[in-house]
Amino acid sequence: MNDLFGKLDIRAFQHDAIENSVGVVIALTSLIIIGFVTYHGRWKWLWKEWITSLDPKRIGVMYLIVVLLMLFKGVMDAVMMRAQLAMAVGDTAGFLGAAHFQQVFSAHGTTMIFFVGMGAIFATMNFVVPLQIGARDVAFPFLNSLSFWLFAVSAALVNVSMFVGEFSATGWLAYPPLSGIEYSPGVGVDYWIWVLQISGVSSLLSGINFLVTILKMRAPGMTLMRMPIFIWSIFGALVLIVVAFPILTATLALLALDRVLGMHFFTSAAGGNPMMYINLIWAWGHPEVYILVLPAFGIFSEIVSTFSQKKLFGYTSMVWALMIITFLSFVVWLHHFFTMGAGANVNAFFGIMTVLIAVPTGVKVFNWLFTMRQGKIHLSTPMLWFLAFIFIFSTGGMTGVLLSIPPADFQLHNSLFLIAHFHSMVIGGVLFGIFAGLSYWFPKFTGFKLDERLGRYAFWCWFIGFLLAFMPLYALGLMGATRRLDHYEVHAWQPLYMIAAAGVPFIIVGIILQNLQILVGYKNRKTDSAIMGDSWNGRTLEWSTSSPPPPYNFAIIPHVGERDPFWAVKEGNEKPEHRKYEDIMMPRNTSFGFWIAGFAFLIGFAIIWHIWWFGLLCLATLLTLVIIRTWGGMDEEVITAEEVKNIEEKGFNRWQQS
Amino acid sequence: MTKKYKFPFFLLAGLALVLIALVIHYREHIAVLSPKGFIALQERDLIILSTVLMLIIVIPVLVMAPLFAWRYHESNKGEDYKPDDDHNLFAEAVWWGFPTIIVILISILTWESSRELDPFRPLESDTKPLKVQVIALQWKWLFIYPEEKIASLNFLPIPVDTPINFQITADAPMNSFWIPQLGGQIYAMPGMETKLHLIADKTGTFRGSSANLSGDGFAKMYFESKAMDKEAFDQWVKTAQNSPTLDTAAYTTLALPNDNNDTPQTFQLKEENLFDQIVMKYMGPTHE
Amino acid sequence: MAAELAEHAHPEHDREVFERTIFGFWMYLMSDCVLFGTLFATYAVLQDSLAGGPSGKELFNLPYALLETLILLTSSFTSGLAMLSAHKKNLLRTILYFAITFILGASFLTLEINEFSHMVQEGNSWQRSAFLSSYFTLVSTHGLHITVGLLWMTVMMAQVLVRGFLPETLKRLTCLCLFWHFLDIVWIFIFTFVYLMGVT
Repeated sequence: MNDLFGKLDIRAFQHDAIENSVGVVIALTSLIIIGFVTYHGRWKWLWKEWITSLDPKRIGVMYLIVVLLMLFKGVMDAVMMRAQLAMAVGDTAGFLGAAHFQQVFSAHGTTMIFFVGMGAIFATMNFVVPLQIGARDVAFPFLNSLSFWLFAVSAALVNVSMFVGEFSATGWLAYPPLSGIEYSPGVGVDYWIWVLQISGVSSLLSGINFLVTILKMRAPGMTLMRMPIFIWSIFGALVLIVVAFPILTATLALLALDRVLGMHFFTSAAGGNPMMYINLIWAWGHPEVYILVLPAFGIFSEIVSTFSQKKLFGYTSMVWALMIITFLSFVVWLHHFFTMGAGANVNAFFGIMTVLIAVPTGVKVFNWLFTMRQGKIHLSTPMLWFLAFIFIFSTGGMTGVLLSIPPADFQLHNSLFLIAHFHSMVIGGVLFGIFAGLSYWFPKFTGFKLDERLGRYAFWCWFIGFLLAFMPLYALGLMGATRRLDHYEVHAWQPLYMIAAAGVPFIIVGIILQNLQILVGYKNRKTDSAIMGDSWNGRTLEWSTSSPPPPYNFAIIPHVGERDPFWAVKEGNEKPEHRKYEDIMMPRNTSFGFWIAGFAFLIGFAIIWHIWWFGLLCLATLLTLVIIRTWGGMDEEVITAEEVKNIEEKGFNRWQQS
Repeated sequence: MTKKYKFPFFLLAGLALVLIALVIHYREHIAVLSPKGFIALQERDLIILSTVLMLIIVIPVLVMAPLFAWRYHESNKGEDYKPDDDHNLFAEAVWWGFPTIIVILISILTWESSRELDPFRPLESDTKPLKVQVIALQWKWLFIYPEEKIASLNFLPIPVDTPINFQITADAPMNSFWIPQLGGQIYAMPGMETKLHLIADKTGTFRGSSANLSGDGFAKMYFESKAMDKEAFDQWVKTAQNSPTLDTAAYTTLALPNDNNDTPQTFQLKEENLFDQIVMKYMGPTHE
Repeated sequence: MAAELAEHAHPEHDREVFERTIFGFWMYLMSDCVLFGTLFATYAVLQDSLAGGPSGKELFNLPYALLETLILLTSSFTSGLAMLSAHKKNLLRTILYFAITFILGASFLTLEINEFSHMVQEGNSWQRSAFLSSYFTLVSTHGLHITVGLLWMTVMMAQVLVRGFLPETLKRLTCLCLFWHFLDIVWIFIFTFVYLMGVT
């Protein structure tokens, strides 16, 4: 082993035809983007206005860009899997070998959960939370930037695995002993570990940041029970993040120690206990899926209320439901492995705990429906996403309850039935929630609406595509087809796999239309920012600012007297205060987040390839950067009252100015 | 308003019909819903019963959603608009209460069935059970019949109407032993022994496979289980007892990773305690 | 200097920042609690998986562990004294007490490393069994946190010397002391569950 380069040698760069062509595509795309930016002379602007920005509205947009790129990658993985399975029956081997196929589904799951799901949640938190609570910023602006860049470099690391070495082939959760060094001697699992460690730190930092923001920085008068329901849903997710993510960090560290230092936490021999890993990883894993879905619930609450032009029904009940779900999500983890043989009593306990979650979830559904009742419903694209969510989430939730009954689970576990269930939850729940939130808040952070007609078409493509791709899977699961198969011998399964594959083009068209929405919307944009400020006759504080809002969000911090404070102002129940403009202190931009994350990336890479000297060097540099950054005082700049006045009176529109 | 939803509605309805037609056409292949053993039968009935209980709550939801969206649409001037009507104690009582009752019912079902259908629980029967020891390998299944002193690779013949007491382990990463038409699965783990108790009520051939990713060749780990009359089974046992022996050397060769789904083979069992040895192999310090 | 004076013309703002930072740091400590909790749970599950090797009873030296405990407890006390001196803006005492805390912390680490190298030399490294893997990992994670604390302490001593007792310096010192006390509490748990209970 070469000490200078660790395990890294020329073989790491040798790949098969498919991987090579992917590499070419990514390289070309990157070159085009770089060329485009250079041609327009925008590097300095990019650096000054975006990369070094501590403005959560900017950071939110950057999260979103990474999310959309990774969504594309994840969908391409899905395309490959569906194409393979539509043809790989009997004597036909398909175009993907087993090892490659296994890397594809591992990458698919990892990408979708950590980069699309978590990324979208943090994107939404960044641009909505400070605005909705009437704050100017988050509690720790620098930490926010650092969180984003750690997220971005971990996305970069997972993409690097495609060119240098390989990715994990052990699924999105890498169970040992398969993921131990004996059965997975390559670097794939190591890439997986360090991608998750870096993004895990990012998530934890954001979790703490936004928790302090919500608890300490709400506008005066905004008591907890006057917070928008979306903030409550985020609060639940944040509690889950802060408590669950350290479990992931510790567990991954133990797996890494097994692999690198020959320890015996999860090995089959020398007293190791792989079942311990499964317990720990799911003790994190179950809260994780609630971290993803609770904000989606919150988004839907805002949307249903706004587009029914009616107060959210049963606000108190909804808050209780959210908190009960948050709490219960800690005591159900074993339902992910009823088949591991824990015994009847243990299985039954966890099964019952799991079924209990159906109650508060059902309560939420009924409250949403009754918000619609006796409202004045405007069936905008966000409302369409909501209605599809009701259908998919209710039916998918039903299958979830089925799975929570241990003996039923024995026949359904790890089959395609399970896959259909959780995709119903993450696509019907999380992804549709993200899309709905995107359509809803898009005009707020850009100043123009997405094209409504294209949005509707995109919705139908996704909805039909989803049903085609996943409903057959329920049948396939009941026929005995398991997950993670790259090939099968039962010819009766093929027609169903083919229908599932037919769903893919619909989804691709849906994605294309979603992107077109942006272009067409931009082309047709109205420049009257006063109307754009309140795009939907909104109810909460973010709609009281211009679109996009000025860097300080609110020239004058509002005083809140009730729920839906902006609606109250418009109805005349609240009089907006007229106070004098004052100086506003905002944090100054900095590149430290970018650099620290960059070195974190290098440390991850070094550990993966066992290039110890380089890893230590980068660690020393990273620590030095941290010390330098935390040496001085608060790095802030003042926006004088005069400047504030000018911005407010001219109507702030950053996009047009830049 | 209804015009622009006509096309997607009919498209979806059409697709749903296609799917239902396919499912009816292939219904014999729907293993979980056409059980051939008592355990699988009970598990199927549990699934159906729970689904019905839940539909009590879910059907009203699926009706109300489109109904409200249509009835309270902004273009519908006839309906009341009550923008501040945001709570109702009776409604809350109903939708906290009814689901709770259903959940309690399902919880009782869960408790009872978890004990009844515990994989470790032996079946009640007058017939003497057959002992089968299962070792998950990379990437195949070895079935040992310790009392008959034979072993079978990737083929599991069993006598019909006889309880089978499975002891399961792995000499490989974690797998899951599953024959859907006979009953639910249980993990096969190195260094550990799990148990499963199944019975075939009808003769026939049933597909089995591994349900947990265990490496490259995971998809090849399918096998057939064949339930036969007692005479046919005894005949098979006799033939198998004249097969090549499975001693330690043969086992080691057998345990090597294979490229394709292995053709069934039978062996004479040389090492009576082979199964226990494989389980014990993982205890103690690593042999590095 | 003028810029710094200008910065501190907003005491209300400073107060809010202080509160948020301390609150956020508590959140971080709670998350660290969960991290250690995971390692404790793992240790609890694996402590009897000896794989034919030695158990805690054979390996642990209670008087030695007690000495480590007393050193760490004392260092917690001296860090408290340092914090009090900092609030009184007494430069000499602050540095002095932090220096003592540092020396005590470094001694703790030295003792621990000594114990570890002894075990490794006898063939009882982290590779020997699941029990030893979890023992080394749990105790080393604490040790790593102590190391970070010592590094942080050095930086803070330098910062106090160079910049004096500004609000942000006091804020950071408060966090450091919270961190140090927290590590002390974690050690009490280690001493109890690993050493005391391991020997019975």
